[in-house]
Amino acid sequence: MIDLIAAGFITTGLAFFLAGSIGLLRLPDIYTRLHALTKADNLGLGLLTIGLILQVDTGLPTGKLLLIWLLVMAASSVGSHLIARRARAEGISTWSP
Amino acid sequence: MILIGDLLLIGLLVGLAWLSLGTRDLRRAVILFIAFGLLLALVWARLEAPDVALAEAAIGAGLTGALLLAALRDYPPAARGVADSRAPASGVRTAVLPGLLSLALVGCVAGLAWAFASGTPHPEGLTSAVMGEIGRSGVSNPVTAVLLNFRALDTLLEIAVLLVAVLGIFALNTERRPYEQPEPVVAAFVRWLIPLLVVAGGYLLWVGAHAPGGAFQAGAVLAAAGVALRLTGHRAVRAAESTLARLSLVAGVAVFLATGIAVMLTGGAFLEYPAALAGSLILLIEVAATISIAAILISAFNGGRALAHQGARTAQTGQPLPDSPPPSRGNGAAEC
Repeated sequence: MIDLIAAGFITTGLAFFLAGSIGLLRLPDIYTRLHALTKADNLGLGLLTIGLILQVDTGLPTGKLLLIWLLVMAASSVGSHLIARRARAEGISTWSP
Repeated sequence: MILIGDLLLIGLLVGLAWLSLGTRDLRRAVILFIAFGLLLALVWARLEAPDVALAEAAIGAGLTGALLLAALRDYPPAARGVADSRAPASGVRTAVLPGLLSLALVGCVAGLAWAFASGTPHPEGLTSAVMGEIGRSGVSNPVTAVLLNFRALDTLLEIAVLLVAVLGIFALNTERRPYEQPEPVVAAFVRWLIPLLVVAGGYLLWVGAHAPGGAFQAGAVLAAAGVALRLTGHRAVRAAESTLARLSLVAGVAVFLATGIAVMLTGGAFLEYPAALAGSLILLIEVAATISIAAILISAFNGGRALAHQGARTAQTGQPLPDSPPPSRGNGAAEC
């Protein structure tokens, strides 16, 4: 039962990764692509982490997984902030339909 | 299903290597190389070699990537696509060398395929030999037992090579120009990240005795902290200036050699630790090696000797500080 729930979380997480990757490839400009990456990846990784936590022992492994999730979120938000800032400084305009 | 994943991994690895070598844009090549390193770490993890995976991710992708990006920064932008401006030379001769190399490569792959297909004579390798002696090595992680005990001489020489490399860097270059003051988000992130990296480095060093980890991984993580400090305008190791920094550079080789010679006085061979003391001696060597590896990698990232009278803070005051070392908040990392 636990395994089934974990598989559900992991599959949903992977769907977010897929959506993020498609967004990265298909969206029209750098800002929308960043949006696809950061939102989808953070949620995707979060669901993946929950799925993995259900399968490991509580205690240290759980803490490590949570820490990885937090660190990746912090790093990706700082990274995307920097990319967006640089893009704006270089005068890349936002996409309008 | 697993086979599909493995084939995908191999295909991506070869594809990234090809793209990284094939692109004419140096920046793109570096970024592809970093991606290649991360994927290679995954492959090592898949091959159940987590120690190598950690080292590849931290050193191969992380630190080497940072070194390459820093080197790229020194290139004038016009030169970054230098291969593009060179007209391809015509004639048969230019085709001979790539042709020969391709033939050699095909031969290698065919040989590997043949060796794989015909079955290796010793499928378990040296595993049983290592596991048979591991009780006397002082540690329970076989990789650490090999690196720091059975084949300690190799590791000593590896650290010595790093030291010689950084001496060469000092001899040839002066420090790269400093980075700008970071914007608040990055500054706050780095302030939050540095203690975490120091703890993670210490953890990797300690855990190396019985699980994947060890001096190289720990040193690379500490060096990452130094690089992060440097990128945000601080200086972690002021290599040519402080005695402490110089001591950290040589500590690994010095402690390793001293331990090796000290055990000779008790009757053993060079680096043949007494079994009772082996665990403590390995930890001692690894602590010193971690400090040295971190200091060496940070110095390599800095790119050379610090310029005389160039203080990190002089840009703010406008006044050079000739004698006293500039007060730098980044100083603390040299002690960790």
